[in-house]
Amino acid sequence: MPNTDAASKIPLLRMRGIRKSFPGVKALKGVDLTLYHGEVLALLGENGAGKSTLIKILGGAHQPDEGVIEINNQPANVSTPQASQASGIGIIYQEFNLIPFLSVRENIFLGQEPKFISLIQKTKEEIIAKKLFDRIGIKIPIDTECNALSVAHQQIVEIAKTLAQDARIIVMDEPSAALSPRETKGLFKVIKELKSQGIGIIYISHRLDEIFKISDRITFLRDGKYIDTLKTKEISRNKVIELMVGRSIKNEFPKRNTNIGETRLKVSELSQGKRVQKVSFEIKSGEVVGLTGLVGAGRTETARLLFGAETKDSGDIELDGKLLSIKNPRDAIQQNICLLTEDRKSQGLILTQTIRENFSLPNLLQFCSWGFIQKKDESEALSFYVDQIKMKITSTEQMANTLSGGNQQKVVLSKWLQRNAEVIIFDEPTRGIDVGAKYEIYQLINQLTKKGKAILMISSELPEILGMSDRVLVMNEGHITGEIQNPSNATQEDVMRLATKSKPTSA
Amino acid sequence: MKNFNYIQFLFDYGTLIVLVGLCFLFSYVTIEEQSPASTTSAELLAKVIKKDLTENNNIIVLARQGSEGKKFAEILTKKLIQYGINVHQTIVGQPVDARKALINFGTSGSKLHGIAADKHMASFAGSNIGKISETFPNLSQTIIFQPNSYNWPNFLKRENLLNVMKQISVVAIIAIGMTMIIITAGIDLSVGSLIALSGVITALAIQSLGGDSPTMWHLWLGSIAGALVCGIIGTLTGGLVTIFRIPAFIATLGIMFIAKGLAFIFSESAPIPIANEAFGWLGRGRTFFGLPNSVILMLTLFFLAHILMNRTSIGRYIYAVGGNPEAARLSGVPVKWVLVFVYTLTGLLAGLGGVMEASLHITGDPKSGDLVELKVIAAVVVGGTSLAGGQGRIFGTLIGAFIIAVINNGMNLTGIESHMQKVIYGSVILIAVLIDQLKIHLMKLKKY
Repeated sequence: MPNTDAASKIPLLRMRGIRKSFPGVKALKGVDLTLYHGEVLALLGENGAGKSTLIKILGGAHQPDEGVIEINNQPANVSTPQASQASGIGIIYQEFNLIPFLSVRENIFLGQEPKFISLIQKTKEEIIAKKLFDRIGIKIPIDTECNALSVAHQQIVEIAKTLAQDARIIVMDEPSAALSPRETKGLFKVIKELKSQGIGIIYISHRLDEIFKISDRITFLRDGKYIDTLKTKEISRNKVIELMVGRSIKNEFPKRNTNIGETRLKVSELSQGKRVQKVSFEIKSGEVVGLTGLVGAGRTETARLLFGAETKDSGDIELDGKLLSIKNPRDAIQQNICLLTEDRKSQGLILTQTIRENFSLPNLLQFCSWGFIQKKDESEALSFYVDQIKMKITSTEQMANTLSGGNQQKVVLSKWLQRNAEVIIFDEPTRGIDVGAKYEIYQLINQLTKKGKAILMISSELPEILGMSDRVLVMNEGHITGEIQNPSNATQEDVMRLATKSKPTSA
Repeated sequence: MKNFNYIQFLFDYGTLIVLVGLCFLFSYVTIEEQSPASTTSAELLAKVIKKDLTENNNIIVLARQGSEGKKFAEILTKKLIQYGINVHQTIVGQPVDARKALINFGTSGSKLHGIAADKHMASFAGSNIGKISETFPNLSQTIIFQPNSYNWPNFLKRENLLNVMKQISVVAIIAIGMTMIIITAGIDLSVGSLIALSGVITALAIQSLGGDSPTMWHLWLGSIAGALVCGIIGTLTGGLVTIFRIPAFIATLGIMFIAKGLAFIFSESAPIPIANEAFGWLGRGRTFFGLPNSVILMLTLFFLAHILMNRTSIGRYIYAVGGNPEAARLSGVPVKWVLVFVYTLTGLLAGLGGVMEASLHITGDPKSGDLVELKVIAAVVVGGTSLAGGQGRIFGTLIGAFIIAVINNGMNLTGIESHMQKVIYGSVILIAVLIDQLKIHLMKLKKY
């Protein structure tokens, strides 16, 4: 392990007094950041705090209005993405930049192929690539096409790519967002390996557990302002949240006082190929049932079958004792089942349409009179939810792609609330959402239970699953492998045990 | 808020600037001396003559052959007689006729005080009167009267503007459907062929129903048959795109060849005449306010399409499907039906276009509609609809179609030769789209 107490050393990267304004918005109002060799610096802040702007400046995508950037005490040139790379900065964005039909090797050297008289030296590439993977400590067959790799492995390829460019500073933006807990562990191993080689890592995540596990120091940003930088070991979780949000949140998960009633949703032996096999469960009125498991366990697939987004092979779905016939999402919606998808941008919203248009898409018939849409009715209905679920928007005519993750989630939620659905399936409802907005989403879930709705919540974040659910179902390899009756007394280890269990106890 | 709408308007209808610019340009370069031969100018001229001549003076009225000249001469003669001037003769015809009339008058020996003529006849009379008066001195003091001329762009003449709209009406009407298809991120290459097929089927149906003397009913039934067949083909295309998931480009490329082939097979490669002039009503007629019927139809359809796209759920669904088909499906939008709808509607509109084309020539011609699909796509794209789907405006397409029509018309008026026309045509399409891209770029900057 390297010496993390490196205050006396020359900092690897120092950003001082960075200011950046966009027309109408001051995104950064004087931000400082110092990164030492061989350390992991977590960058924390709510959405809109200025993290991405700061990273984009470091990556050469934006130019700062003011401020100094130094690498090893020398002024650094980060005026363009190319210059930034040449200065030894590698950025791994949330959306990977790999070309799907090119091999791992071709992706790693894309744009910087070792050449001899303009011919690519394949053998040299192979040798370097192998060395890189040795450094990382994970073996990936270098001639596989990238689209055949798991998300975790694609991320490793991205890391290898930055190393091939001789990066000494690696920025990871939400690297664990699409990873299972096991894969995240693997990633942490890689990060430790890189640390020991003296590379400085800036780690951005909303998952506090990870921040506590992997980071050495934390820099806090709020509303474009630099708040503080503290040693991870010396602060508590509550203090971290307080510094991020700017106010103290007593409890990460709001208390819920609802009476759980009769069974509302009953799913029997839902099956589709190998991905979902004989999945049965019930949700009662006012109950939140958590569904978790490793990535690929069949959670999202189960939800999609319930919602008719995919066609089931067999199995029955009953609501309030009535057998439902669901062939497509339209059927499900008409029978009061709705799904808040895991990926809001690609599945939840039409980004080219306004908030109002997104909101009323499943509800258009309610807003039509004589076949014509009444825009006034739409806006009125929407403005009710804007207040109720505290959407932070400037206008209902704003395009959906201008919203932050939390607000996008709220727009998706508002359309289903207007639909007055009885069964609401949340698939990773708080992924990529900051702590403050998370809390609000939890509160909303609690409000829904008060109305007697049946709620299925899929999540990979175990604290969230255990903190929010009345019961937890755990899946593995398409089966439900177990149920936790009293989540508040259960541990994350209990869940992991079930999540890795291959033989189903209930079939 | 107000500011936002203003930008949104520019964003939606940015190409309007291009259209206005083109109109100014062509107006400027086609300014020419106009010699009116209208009713008003005849009346004005009569008043002038009344002032300069006295009662019972002799005058000859000359006008060039044609309906315009005839009317001009008629009104002028009537007015002059009212004013008590002795109209000796009114000639509507060729310069030869005018010469004869003047010589005839000369032999009569009485004094000719004036000649009232339109511009052409006046210039003829002006250059010839000297010679004639050498033989016949009684013509030597003749004053030639002609209407005052003024400068006005040929481009901006009412007739020309109506012509511009009439010429683009078929392309514009089909472009309504194409806009919807492109908003769903699709494309339809078959519309040109459908024009030919529809025209041929219409003509054949009329022929087989009514033989040599088809009645109005036969014309109607034939037209409906032509349009309907194309609508059904559109439904088929929609099926290929949705059920079999064939990319729209390929599916409609296939349909394009098939439809064109069928048009030639059905017609045995020869144009089929329609044996009733009344069939020209849609393509040639002017029933209301002197506006061509095809133009009225075009404007009506655009208005209806605008309402469909902005005020009905199907319109909203079309945008949603183009913006994100998966999110739309998961919001309960019947994505496949929406796609089948837009292809069917476009088929129907192409069929209607075929009927209009046939009506214009009173013939079902398998050769018609060639390359129209590209003009239609150009109109849509120039009108600001994004090929990526999800964005676009119906009235943007109308503007796009007008831009294309104005370029064609303007270049014909200025006498640019046809190959050069193509080069300019292509360049203007690119410029229009570039300006639109610039707008999008500016919008993004503003959003921050």
